[in-house]
Amino acid sequence: MTLKRIGTQTVKLENPPSIISTASIVGPKEGEGPLKEYFDMILEDDLWGQESWEKCESKLQEEAVKMALTNAELTESDINYLFSGDLLNQIISSSYCARQLSMPYFGLYGACSTMAQSLSLGAMTIDGGFADYVACVTSSHFSSAERQFRYPLEFGNQRPFSSQWTITGSGAAIVSSTGNGPFVTYVTTGKVIDAGIKDVNNMGAAMAPAAVDTISNHFKDTGYTPDDYDLIITGDLGFVGKDITSDLLKQEGYDISEVFNDSGIKIFAHKEQDTHAGGSGCGCSAVVFAGYVYKELLKGSLNKVLLISTGALHSPISTQQGESIPGIAHAVTISNSKE
Amino acid sequence: MDRLNKKEYEKYAEKKIPTPTYFKNIFWAFVVGGGICVLGQFIRNWLFSRGLNEKQVAAGTSIMLVFIGAFLTGIGVYDRLGKVAGAGSIVPITGFANSIVSPAMEFKREGYVFGVAARMFTIAGPVLVYGIGSSILVGIIYLLFGGGK
Amino acid sequence: MEYLKAFIIGGLICVIGQILMDATKLTPAHILVIFVTSGVILTAIGIYEPLIDFAQAGASVPLTGFGYALCNGAFEGVKKSGLIGAFTGGLEATAGGIAGAIIFGYIMSIVSNPKTKD
Repeated sequence: MTLKRIGTQTVKLENPPSIISTASIVGPKEGEGPLKEYFDMILEDDLWGQESWEKCESKLQEEAVKMALTNAELTESDINYLFSGDLLNQIISSSYCARQLSMPYFGLYGACSTMAQSLSLGAMTIDGGFADYVACVTSSHFSSAERQFRYPLEFGNQRPFSSQWTITGSGAAIVSSTGNGPFVTYVTTGKVIDAGIKDVNNMGAAMAPAAVDTISNHFKDTGYTPDDYDLIITGDLGFVGKDITSDLLKQEGYDISEVFNDSGIKIFAHKEQDTHAGGSGCGCSAVVFAGYVYKELLKGSLNKVLLISTGALHSPISTQQGESIPGIAHAVTISNSKE
Repeated sequence: MDRLNKKEYEKYAEKKIPTPTYFKNIFWAFVVGGGICVLGQFIRNWLFSRGLNEKQVAAGTSIMLVFIGAFLTGIGVYDRLGKVAGAGSIVPITGFANSIVSPAMEFKREGYVFGVAARMFTIAGPVLVYGIGSSILVGIIYLLFGGGK
Repeated sequence: MEYLKAFIIGGLICVIGQILMDATKLTPAHILVIFVTSGVILTAIGIYEPLIDFAQAGASVPLTGFGYALCNGAFEGVKKSGLIGAFTGGLEATAGGIAGAIIFGYIMSIVSNPKTKD
């Protein structure tokens, strides 16, 4: 017997949990972008005194969680669950971060969809009555992702125009059973959609069909229309993926172009910063949500936002074996009212 | 989304990709690639003037160009060059050096055996395998067609 | 004059690589493999030698020239010592460059660290 499910893929949270604080830390390049005012901390050096990019990424997560805890005036022992994930093999950034924090931990892998994924699970855990406070965090690091998925940093290759730039950064959110919002009101969990794209330099096109599927099912399940939202923001579709998503949603009968944006597009000044199709990585939707979206919600300039984090669920091995790239997209409605 | 036709979608997605700046890329590949060859010619002439024979000059030129490629990689210049020049800095032998030095540097943190030494050949390894392999093959064919003594 | 020839021929060979990369999505590793193998084959069928005579470094510095050296070495090896020479000749002729890349690569990895792109 399910009480809170509506439609095929959506959960309507009965007692919408409140996001009581967030924190965002970004690397130097992201700190030069148009959203720099929104980030809580900007690194001057993307090794941050660590020996490796991987250690730096782990520290990013750890410090983001601690910062969010401080903002919420909580301590580590108040947190009932830590939901986190990242891009590296065996999600080492998250697990090594969890090693430093004494919190019950669920490690997640959803590639770049992790922010909405962790918020979904965190919010449902609280609404289910299993926790009072949960921490949701994810991270990515340009240099650790580059060496795992692409080429060594000093290799003299050219990046195609459809390729995206992995964000260095981490975003954390503390979700609570009590609080004055913003609230997580709906959770729409995506299905894995594979549109047959094999080009790893065109991740936006690989993920767009998943975003379209999740967004249109969200509208069907909830009865909402694009007009109900102040902002519909995807994770890291970039210019190519955003364009396709807009197109395909129109074919499905939803014109979201008025309120549609993408974190990967918002985070950089693409011409000046030479980031081609846009930002990407788990950290992309995480820092744009924890920085820009959350702070605009608090100000009241945004009241209802649909956050859709998009992920490409391939690995270097599946790519070498000629497999296509499966995409996923998770959506959460974040609103200043409980409705 | 279930009725998405994969073939049609791939074609459609392909159209959404901004086209490469062909002219600009070709121009810089030509200039930088040609420039590296001029540098090679300069080294060749210099080695000849020092009285080395053809074989020594060929080996010496390779070694010096490889050193230059390795050095520029080490000080972080070669990847910037590659961003502009593309194949202009990949195809010359300096690019071969870059393909060896860049992973060696990158994977130092994984140790000197499984990191530096093992990863050194991730890109250059295939070049040696196919280069040496095909040279042995044509050597044997040459022998069979009476190219030997 | 020989500098101009080297510039033009060397540049053109790189342009072929650039067109291949932009038009076909081949990776740099594929390009390098294709170039070295084509160098071996073009030399074996007698096309590359005249290019070397004409452009010198313009033809020997691109990786097709590496293929040229491998193939020429193998032929010379065969002339000198038959079947064994087919195995040893190519590597002998290119040993300098390969050994250089190994030792310089190793030294560079010790003395310098990779830096983030910007």
